[in-house]
Amino acid sequence: MNDSMNTAPQEVLLRAEHLYKNYSTGKKGREVHAVSDVNLSIMKGETLALVGESGCGKSTLGRTLIHMLPATSGSIYYQDMDIAAMDDKQFKPYRRKMQMIFQDPYASLDPRMTVRNIIAEPLETYKVCATKEETTERVLKLMDAVGIPGEFLNRYPHQFSGGQRQRIGIARAIALQPELIICDEPVSALDVSVQSQVLNLLKDIQHAFELTYLFIGHDLSVINFVADRVCVMFLGCICEVAGKDELYSKPLHPYSEFLLDAIPVADPHRRNRQRKVLTGEIPSPMDLPKGCCFCTRCPYATDICRKERPELRDLGDGRQVACHHPLG
Amino acid sequence: MEEKNILEIRGLKSYFFTDNGVVPAVDGVDLDIPEGKIIGLVGESGCGKSMTVRSVMGLLKYPGRVVEGSIRFDGREIAGLKENELRDICGKDISMIFQEPMTSLNPVIKVGKQVRETLLIHDRSISREEADRRVIEIFKKVGISEPEKRFNSYPHQLSGGLRQRVMIAMAMICKPKLLIADEPTTALDVTIEAQILRLMKELRDETGMSVLLITHNLGVVAELCDYIYVMYAGKIVEQAETFELFDHTAHPYTQGLLDSIPRIGRNADRLHTIPGVVPNLLHLPKGCAFCNRCELAEKSCHDQGVELREISPGHKVRCIKPIEHKEVTGS
Repeated sequence: MNDSMNTAPQEVLLRAEHLYKNYSTGKKGREVHAVSDVNLSIMKGETLALVGESGCGKSTLGRTLIHMLPATSGSIYYQDMDIAAMDDKQFKPYRRKMQMIFQDPYASLDPRMTVRNIIAEPLETYKVCATKEETTERVLKLMDAVGIPGEFLNRYPHQFSGGQRQRIGIARAIALQPELIICDEPVSALDVSVQSQVLNLLKDIQHAFELTYLFIGHDLSVINFVADRVCVMFLGCICEVAGKDELYSKPLHPYSEFLLDAIPVADPHRRNRQRKVLTGEIPSPMDLPKGCCFCTRCPYATDICRKERPELRDLGDGRQVACHHPLG
Repeated sequence: MEEKNILEIRGLKSYFFTDNGVVPAVDGVDLDIPEGKIIGLVGESGCGKSMTVRSVMGLLKYPGRVVEGSIRFDGREIAGLKENELRDICGKDISMIFQEPMTSLNPVIKVGKQVRETLLIHDRSISREEADRRVIEIFKKVGISEPEKRFNSYPHQLSGGLRQRVMIAMAMICKPKLLIADEPTTALDVTIEAQILRLMKELRDETGMSVLLITHNLGVVAELCDYIYVMYAGKIVEQAETFELFDHTAHPYTQGLLDSIPRIGRNADRLHTIPGVVPNLLHLPKGCAFCNRCELAEKSCHDQGVELREISPGHKVRCIKPIEHKEVTGS
């Protein structure tokens, strides 16, 4: 409806440079490279989607970007302040600017707290309101914004359905008027009919509160609906970054192409379409291939792919790809 | 063309007797599975689709039980069979794949041994060496690379996709006539999902078994199924051959589900939603179970129950005012 294409947001809100996140496995010298050498910018007001299969490091990257997990090395600039090296105390004023919506609405709400207390907790932590009454007032406004009736103020999470719980999680995330929200697979635990309600709500509050989203997901049809730009990840590395329409119409990285081909389409007339189905399993993130992470599964791989890791290259038009032999 | 049905369910009612009242989880379901076909059973969580197959497999747990109805497998009535009688059929002629491949495998037993166990239980005449050989053969068939090595792996050493392949191998090893797959790909990634769906189709083509696929994903049924049942609040609300169902959707609920899916290429600013939530089975509306969420509902929908009726050959719908399609009525 709006002319979002022409007024593409330009101001960078968050920028990661050479970001690494390793997990120690307890065995000597063995490390899992969950995120390796990621360079990424999130523009103000956009929805950047982070797509990939489970275990590719997309959630770890999301959490590292907002300082929920300490980065192993690299920098994260939030409006030109490097937040990667800050300790919790230094980070506190930034924390309220970055919030998170979690995947599982059953596990992410404290079952012993009422809805009022769940939503009020961040407000009280940051002493936003002077009195209890004022806090409750704010909570009611937030509940209204996410479509939870005010009379449910004193109910507990178990009295709500999955979709309603996710709405409560959203209300809590927007309580401090953040600028950036990491949505970590917010609809993958929900039914189709409820999923569309929550996706619409996420779009509505993005407009109403001028939010920037980093939307983590694996369902490419959902991503197609919410995202402005898409970043495809495989085994801790970024394969491709592109505008949504460009990526869906013409993927450049072989992995993006396979992902797009794999989506089941709700149209039986298209079931006999030519599809490329990826063979093989994902390599272990503990011993990554020396060259391109994708080379073991890639049908186009050549010698250079097995030897040298491709850099994320800028191809103009806001497209970036990390591949020695991009498609097209 | 008369097809033989491998499974026929008639008037199946499975109720849960809870402290708060009787929950009609499955309320009068008729379902046919013809030989060699892939049948889809679609619905949202809590609609009773899993309870329907649990009733077939005799896996309903207290306080739930089958109260009424007939389940005929291969011409034999299996509703009400004792557990040991049912065991001869379930696991051998009917086998099942569950949603979560991690929790359905025993974490402390090697996967090859777990698959072999199924075979040895149902066929005592087989020697252990012969059984091992058959396991490795089936591992190859379901696309497990290095089957000899994988035989001695524990479940945690395998990826989600491999574990689901092991589950499929376990289900397939006794050459079942009917494979029931309860959300087999929900826990998997898209690329692995595509592999598993393709595998199930290949196995059907090769062995001629029937498949009952339970899922909430309309994309998956569109890719794979021959015939589809849509379930809502314990009842079948629409059933049709796949192309008919997608081309001439008649029930507003089915249409609502189809419209709710975000689709690539359709750059909508908002998604269609079905208002409200799935009704509580303890307090179902008097009339059509969907009436409170239906945009087309009129007074009569709220007043009286609706029967399933045929609107075109093989296409049944439980709705007073099914959606009409111009090209159908116009001709």
